[in-house]
Amino acid sequence: MKLVTGVIQPHRLDDVKSALEAAGVRGMTVSEASGYGRQRGHTEVYRGAEYTVDLVPKVRIEALVDDADAPAVTDALVKAAQTGKIGDGKVWITPVDDVIRVRTGERGPGAL
Amino acid sequence: MTFTLIAGDAFKLDTGNTAWMMTSAVIVLMMTVPALAFFYGGMVRSKSVLNMLMMNFIAAGTVGFIWILYGYSESFGSATTGINQFFANPFQYFGLINLTDDKGLGAAVGVPALVGVAFQSTFAVITVALITGAIADRIKFSSWIAFSIIWATAVYFPLAHMVWGGGFLSPSGPVASWLSAPIDFAGGTVVHIDAGAAGLALVLLLGKRKGWPGGPFRPHNLPYVMLGAALLWVGWFGFNAGSEGAADGTAARAWINTFVATAVAMLTWLLTEKVRDGRATSLGAASGVVAGLVAITPAAAAVDSFGAIAIGGIAGVVCALAIGLKFKYGFDDALDVVGVHLVGGITGTVLIGFFATHHQGAWYPTGAKDGLLYGGGITQLLAQIVVAAFAVVFSFVLTYVIGYIIKQVGGLRLSEEAEVGGIDLAVHGETAYESIGATRLNTEVKA
Repeated sequence: MKLVTGVIQPHRLDDVKSALEAAGVRGMTVSEASGYGRQRGHTEVYRGAEYTVDLVPKVRIEALVDDADAPAVTDALVKAAQTGKIGDGKVWITPVDDVIRVRTGERGPGAL
Repeated sequence: MTFTLIAGDAFKLDTGNTAWMMTSAVIVLMMTVPALAFFYGGMVRSKSVLNMLMMNFIAAGTVGFIWILYGYSESFGSATTGINQFFANPFQYFGLINLTDDKGLGAAVGVPALVGVAFQSTFAVITVALITGAIADRIKFSSWIAFSIIWATAVYFPLAHMVWGGGFLSPSGPVASWLSAPIDFAGGTVVHIDAGAAGLALVLLLGKRKGWPGGPFRPHNLPYVMLGAALLWVGWFGFNAGSEGAADGTAARAWINTFVATAVAMLTWLLTEKVRDGRATSLGAASGVVAGLVAITPAAAAVDSFGAIAIGGIAGVVCALAIGLKFKYGFDDALDVVGVHLVGGITGTVLIGFFATHHQGAWYPTGAKDGLLYGGGITQLLAQIVVAAFAVVFSFVLTYVIGYIIKQVGGLRLSEEAEVGGIDLAVHGETAYESIGATRLNTEVKA
């Protein structure tokens, strides 16, 4: 099993969610995150006082998938999140030792 | 108008005027809680928002209490000669004794004296509350409580007496006979210069917040700031139009001038920002609204619409630029009480000397003259400068002395841990926005 994690532009969330559902993902976790990559931050001015804001709002989306589904899900995520502009984010895949469904105690791929 | 009570004055109730004054009293209280509390609360960091709200609530508590006890009497008691040019006898109406329900105001507008007490109580409260913006994020809570009581007693009540209670700066005082009757319709000197100069004095005693000006001092909730500014704008109609003491054409003029000056001040503040910083911001709109309201306050019924537009327009630019002074001179006036209230109050008070007019029935007290641009010469301008300067010096010096004594006796400044770690938690044992992870420790409340 794999954990596919994407940190993406917040405004791409709806499209990414639909794309993951179309690719067969049955559940996901979405959280508000903040950070920066090559995009770096932006400038804000309050009553003339300027601030550089390094950490910009992002959305972190996580989905647990079967090994066989991982490449298709990853492709769907990247495609849906992409605008071609700097700041689109990152996607990474990590191996997962085990998954447990809390309600039933089921383990492994059956718990996905 | 004057709130001096003439005891035993023949008094015929005017229900229309009385209803308007009681309504005004309610919406002016709204200007402190919640309006000013949230206007300031949104501008501080999330770890000290509750402390800011609390300091404003405390002002309503302490000043509301002492106003009824002796503040009204000290401000609007009937003695106005000798030492009583500067303050009236606090014991004449102590606890409002002798102010029976059937006594009226000296202005003979058919309004019970008790309504005057109620209306003016809200002015005393907000003037003290305004100071909290300058000293945000670092004053000891107990020192603030003590300061609010001492300052109201030694600075606000006397100045209210001097300007509105028939004292030293009033239309019947020595400045009036020397130059001409000073004009302060609703509180340019008594409220705004007073609070602004006091804020500056306290800031100098308190020192800078740790990390200022380089640190992260962004406003934590701009919607609170916008909401607070909007409620201030609404409440200010009670403040200015209510200061007529009656529901009449002069009150309507004050209402209209308050509206248009504020509208224009918001636009000119935003224009200044757009030119200087490249963006028109929501914080700028909220600030421009308050700058306009402050500047038109002393002039509200004493100018025509063009005068109001000019005063608002000038105040929007002047205050937008004045908030840069704290960075230039290095005083940490956290939420710009000096830039907006001191500078805006001086701007409005002095500009009356240019724009005051009796044409079209605009109000001013007996003995006042038209302004420089309305053919009245320079006399009114000089009178306005004298009262503005007097109010600055009076408030600054007395505040500095009061603050200095509190600093020596009990200390003014919070510990660095409390300031950096968060005042809300350190002082009040609460947090504004943390909502998870709390476990109940007791199941009974201590007796």
